[in-house]
Amino acid sequence: MTREEVYEKLNGIFQEVFDDDNIEVCDSTTSADIEEWDSLEHINLVVAVEQEFGFKFDMGQVVSMKDVGEMVDIILDEVG
Amino acid sequence: MRELEYPFDSEYLLKKKRSIKKALLSEGEPFTDKKIAVFGGSTTHDVIAMLELFLLNQGIRPQFYESEYGRFWQDAMFPEQELLEFRPDLIYIHTSSRNIRRFPEPGDSPEQTRRLLEQEFDYFRQMWQSVEKKFGCPVIQNNFELPGFRLMGNKDASDPGGRGYFITSLNQMFYGYAQSHDNFYVQDILYLSASYGLERWSDPFYWHMYKYALCVPAIPELAFNLSNMIKSLFGKNKKALALDLDNTLWGGVVGDDGPEGLQMGPETSMGQAYGEFQSYLKDLRKLGILLNVNSKNDMENALAGLNHPDCLLKPEDFIVIQANWENKDRNIQEIARVLNILPESIVFVDDNPAEREIVRSQVPDVAVPEMGQVEHYIKMIDRSGFFEVTAFSGDDRKRNEMYRDNAKRASLEAGFADYGEYLMSLEMKAVIKGFEPVLYDRITQLTNKSNQFNLTTMRCTQAEIARMAEDNGFIDLYGRLGDKFGDNGVVSVVIGEHQEDTLHIRLWLMSCRVLKRGMEQAMMDVLARRCRKRKISRILGYYYPTAKNSMVKNFYQEMGFEKLREDDQGNTVWQLSSLEQYQNKNLYIEVAE
Repeated sequence: MTREEVYEKLNGIFQEVFDDDNIEVCDSTTSADIEEWDSLEHINLVVAVEQEFGFKFDMGQVVSMKDVGEMVDIILDEVG
Repeated sequence: MRELEYPFDSEYLLKKKRSIKKALLSEGEPFTDKKIAVFGGSTTHDVIAMLELFLLNQGIRPQFYESEYGRFWQDAMFPEQELLEFRPDLIYIHTSSRNIRRFPEPGDSPEQTRRLLEQEFDYFRQMWQSVEKKFGCPVIQNNFELPGFRLMGNKDASDPGGRGYFITSLNQMFYGYAQSHDNFYVQDILYLSASYGLERWSDPFYWHMYKYALCVPAIPELAFNLSNMIKSLFGKNKKALALDLDNTLWGGVVGDDGPEGLQMGPETSMGQAYGEFQSYLKDLRKLGILLNVNSKNDMENALAGLNHPDCLLKPEDFIVIQANWENKDRNIQEIARVLNILPESIVFVDDNPAEREIVRSQVPDVAVPEMGQVEHYIKMIDRSGFFEVTAFSGDDRKRNEMYRDNAKRASLEAGFADYGEYLMSLEMKAVIKGFEPVLYDRITQLTNKSNQFNLTTMRCTQAEIARMAEDNGFIDLYGRLGDKFGDNGVVSVVIGEHQEDTLHIRLWLMSCRVLKRGMEQAMMDVLARRCRKRKISRILGYYYPTAKNSMVKNFYQEMGFEKLREDDQGNTVWQLSSLEQYQNKNLYIEVAE
């Protein structure tokens, strides 16, 4: 899977979870950029990403993720 | 909404919760508003979000109070002003094995463990007692899931020093409390977590990351289960099943295969599966669920199938048997009409997807589970939670008999020239008295599930009923009606509030199964007598229209009241003055007061 393909799916997930079709994420996007993205909503994002890409994050990955770019790195690592 | 019916896609619900909520709210059906306080021993954010969706889908629009993280005990023991003013209609206490403060250690004696159990139980009991005193509303407390690890392996379950032993013992103590306290209900997450898979349910990732006591993908299961208890408490349970016959109650088609060619009974695997389903339905009947047939068949063939020696369900187990070639949606409406219940109280069970689709599209209020294969029929009905039992009264047990007696009365009716003569022949006897403690649960149940013959639709908790019964400022009456065919149990409830020279009727309801029997006149007579005794000079009656109670729109007029006011929503106020000239209206019922 290419980085672009991951982003395509990821944008869909963000749009569904935050119910906003205008959301576009990039490497530098963080929770500060999306109003409703707080620590409690983060879990829903994690669960949705896990389901879409068919793997489970471990705790170390979740706590170290700083921005969407790092999330994409992990996804590419896991699903190849 | 189909997405919220069992079996639902949990990940989908979690992901789309915002848009689903919008869609539910925009359907604009009349919602019942309820205030729910959630006291959590762990994060409850998504528990509340999911519960909201399932309740909206049941027609309940919740408003929530959520305790600060982990402060369940403090909120229950020492509620702050905000919570007191919130005045919840229901409290849910969501704790888990993570909230047990001390576990025994390997080597602890039975005596030490017993003391520790009492300490932990007291911690919870104090909280429940405080909640009962301060809020007087129903409380749902979940029990404990099994621990995530077993220090001693298998011995953990049976040894006084084991965590498994400790948790199951504590659960037993919770059940003891539930058995001796009305208004206190245990949500069985021990079962839920086992059924879901404990290893996934208690995945420590979600605790360490977000302080969730269960894994997030399991939250919809927890919330759905909870919503079933809540809708049951607020009187929104289903009441009846409409069952197809061919390939639903038995394998095969009776019209083609003949009764001898049907699969039911223990000889074959398929027959055994149908037999087990029939036995499950027969047990539901004992809970007071009304069984009915909705089948495309000649009546003769339907009865031949039901009279087969291997058929556990017999014709007399059903109230209404619709076996004909009408469309099934029409038959469901006929069943609803004969039983005098709303289509939304009926669950339609049919193996044929096309029939299910017709009923779904023509009578959208009817519940239509996706039945799948026969070996999963029981699971589909059971897990859907249509008939979740919270309170179980003697009347529930007898409901099938009562409805059958009604059917008999209906056939008797035809043989009389004059309706009054028919009523006389019923030899009706009623008891009309003030509320008595043994009847509080039945009275509460009636206030929560009567929709049609209900003037104000005031819903009451058991604590409220008890309070009004003991308060001298209220005149409260229940009416029980029997006749030569049997006892109908408690069928009518009236509550009036005495202020100065006036009695305000806050609640007047009657079960539709005794419609047109003269019971309302008998209740009115007793009410008028009680008022005169208290020197009350006038009675004010109120009618608040809902989607379902138009049948009593002119009730007070029929009782001889005059209309005082009507506002633009159709709410009306009625007055009955000159009580000293009141003439008794009841002609047919012998009343004991």
